[in-house]
Amino acid sequence: MSPHIRLGRTTAGIMWTVIATLMPVLLLSIYVFGFRSLIITLVSVISCVVVEAISQKALGRPVSVTDGSAVLTGILMAFVIPPGVPYWLPLIGAVAAIFINKELMGGLGFNVWNPALVGRALLTASFPVYMTAAWIPPIDWSQSPLGVYLGGGVDAVSTATPLYVLRHYGLAALLEKFGDLSVIYKNFAIGLRPGCIGETSSLLLLAGGVFLMIRGIITWHIPVSTIATVAVLSWIFGGETWFTGNPLVHVLSGGLMLGAFYMCTDYVTSPTLKSGQIVFGMGVGLLTVLIRLKGGYPEGVCYAILLMNCLTPALDEWFKPKRFAPPKPAPVAAVK
Amino acid sequence: MAGATFPRGGVHPAEHKELTEHLAIEEMPPPQQVVIPVSMHFGAPAKPVVKKKQEVQEGDVIATVEKALGATIHSSVTGVVKTIESRPHPTMVRCDAIVIDRDPSAPPRVYEPQDWRKTTAEQLLAKVKDAGIVGLGGAGFPTHVKLSPPPSAKVDTLVLNGAECEPYLTTDHRIMLEHPQKVVEGTKVLLKILGIKKAVIGIELNKADAINAMTKAAKEASGQDEFTVAVQGMTVKYPQGSEKQLIYSLTQRSVPGGGLPFDVGVIVQNISTTLAIFEAATLNKPLYEKVATFSGRAIKRPANLKVKVGTVLSDVAAYLGGTTNDLTKIVSGGPMMGFAVSNLDVPITKTSSGVLFLSSSETDTGTYGPCIHCGWCLEACPMGLQPKEVAIYVEAGKGHQTEKFGVFECFECGCCAYVCPAKRPLVQFARLAKIQVKKHG
Repeated sequence: MSPHIRLGRTTAGIMWTVIATLMPVLLLSIYVFGFRSLIITLVSVISCVVVEAISQKALGRPVSVTDGSAVLTGILMAFVIPPGVPYWLPLIGAVAAIFINKELMGGLGFNVWNPALVGRALLTASFPVYMTAAWIPPIDWSQSPLGVYLGGGVDAVSTATPLYVLRHYGLAALLEKFGDLSVIYKNFAIGLRPGCIGETSSLLLLAGGVFLMIRGIITWHIPVSTIATVAVLSWIFGGETWFTGNPLVHVLSGGLMLGAFYMCTDYVTSPTLKSGQIVFGMGVGLLTVLIRLKGGYPEGVCYAILLMNCLTPALDEWFKPKRFAPPKPAPVAAVK
Repeated sequence: MAGATFPRGGVHPAEHKELTEHLAIEEMPPPQQVVIPVSMHFGAPAKPVVKKKQEVQEGDVIATVEKALGATIHSSVTGVVKTIESRPHPTMVRCDAIVIDRDPSAPPRVYEPQDWRKTTAEQLLAKVKDAGIVGLGGAGFPTHVKLSPPPSAKVDTLVLNGAECEPYLTTDHRIMLEHPQKVVEGTKVLLKILGIKKAVIGIELNKADAINAMTKAAKEASGQDEFTVAVQGMTVKYPQGSEKQLIYSLTQRSVPGGGLPFDVGVIVQNISTTLAIFEAATLNKPLYEKVATFSGRAIKRPANLKVKVGTVLSDVAAYLGGTTNDLTKIVSGGPMMGFAVSNLDVPITKTSSGVLFLSSSETDTGTYGPCIHCGWCLEACPMGLQPKEVAIYVEAGKGHQTEKFGVFECFECGCCAYVCPAKRPLVQFARLAKIQVKKHG
């Protein structure tokens, strides 16, 4: 069957490359939050793979867990879960992410919503206490007993995320809790702040995203439009008065970097064409800022992406490739 | 030199031309037997005009098409008709063929040179028809029909396709390099037949030596008459040699969907076809020999061969030292648009531009997965179509609703499937879609 030659890229190759770029993030998370990060990620990955294999068997499809898509979903779902949750929690998320959202919709390529975020959304709705309060402050290596590092004593050290502080107590409280702006920028860029397992290290996520761009797996259109929209809108509306918000704090906080580079760019659930992708990214940015500043949750990236996922089919319908030379429309006389 | 190119899509497959691009065209000794299919052109199959056991001379007419669209077929050897029966065919699977046993004692036929400038355009067109010339790029459209556009068409430019954008193939490259004067003369014959003055030869920039040779030949031949032949380098990008893309690259004119090149004042001819026209006009020699590239890493000795039409692949393979144990696929034509053939009993036809013997490392025979909507097929499609949508519609049993994606503008170049990470057979889905749209009315 022609063509008889093919480019070397494969679906599995893409998935495993994306997974590889997330490994530094996972290592840093283990350093920052302890082995809990690794255990929760492993539970999440194994749950996703097992749920996918069982679902595919039950639905009479070929089992395709080696393509890496379930592994990637598992990692990404763990990365948007707070590190202080019970270890069994990702299993529930995996059923929602893989069985309901992916396999019941037709398998890989047919899901409407990002699987990892569906998992997180279901967990947030079902276990709000765990999902909004199980935060851990970065481990202080010089002070902490080994027990903390190995995962004990979570309740004793639970804390609040920067966005929660910012939303409910304002920028002054944020500075008081996390240090001067320069300290905040530095720590937030590295990832030394409370947050979900894989969302805190803006720099490593940026590096992973840039690597994927260089490899041609993702393009700049969605991440740049998403982050730029959040930056501009949080600058305009994020302060006490207009144009006094701090865009950098908003960009470096919450799950924006993870969302922009790794969730929004999911091929299946984002528009295919560059023009549609820019609108998609702007929509995610707009909804994120709206939820962060006016909504009930301090963080809005997850729901912003899920909402824009709903619009993806419409964006694909509105933005179509430019045809090279379509047939000339028939003269009006001929039509009559 | 910046190359001319087309506005969107296209891919850059590995060229693999290094296997044969430096090898001079070599004449393969005629085989013991030729198998000449009656269908080697677009249109109705030709009707044999010879009978079993009849003696035929090299160059004799052995099958004709009287009324319908088609082309005359000539014997490529001197010998005796052994049989007329169904035989394997490179694109049609099986087809009636005239099998001729060669007389080993017969000398090759010699043709007397003539001055084509003393003949009229009508006589030249008749010679093209009598020589059985068809488009040698692959489609095999009868050339005399293509050279007779309707009077309403205002043709002003002849475009010569020297792109040879398919990987592996180097026949047009070698012809331009070894016979540039013949190609320029053939171009002028074409210009005379068409009654126009201007021709442009488009050549991809990876064939710098061919560009130089053709530019020199065109320069030397200028000023002798009213015809001007220009050479234009083009960006190396597949499918640069596709008719619509080529016309855009060289003239910036867009042939609309459902239209033909003469709608924008252009006629396109292939390099090999032009050489055949030169031979028909200056020697009265019919088309029964073909330069073709035999390449791939599973043939012992890759080569550019001049072979008799009707030579079966097993004879060619034997002449080239045989195939390796790693032979995975045999492809008639280029690797992007060619057809896989199932055995070596298939003959070389007028339209064979090459035969590839691909090893397991060169070709992909794996299965395919679901579409992940990466969108690379949309970027690669030179026509701006949506291959992934067409495929999903066909899989969902809605192939008849794919006309809105412009599926009839798809010329099956294979760029979409080439880039597809799920290895989906997007070209085959598009073919099914076209059939289903037509069936649905």
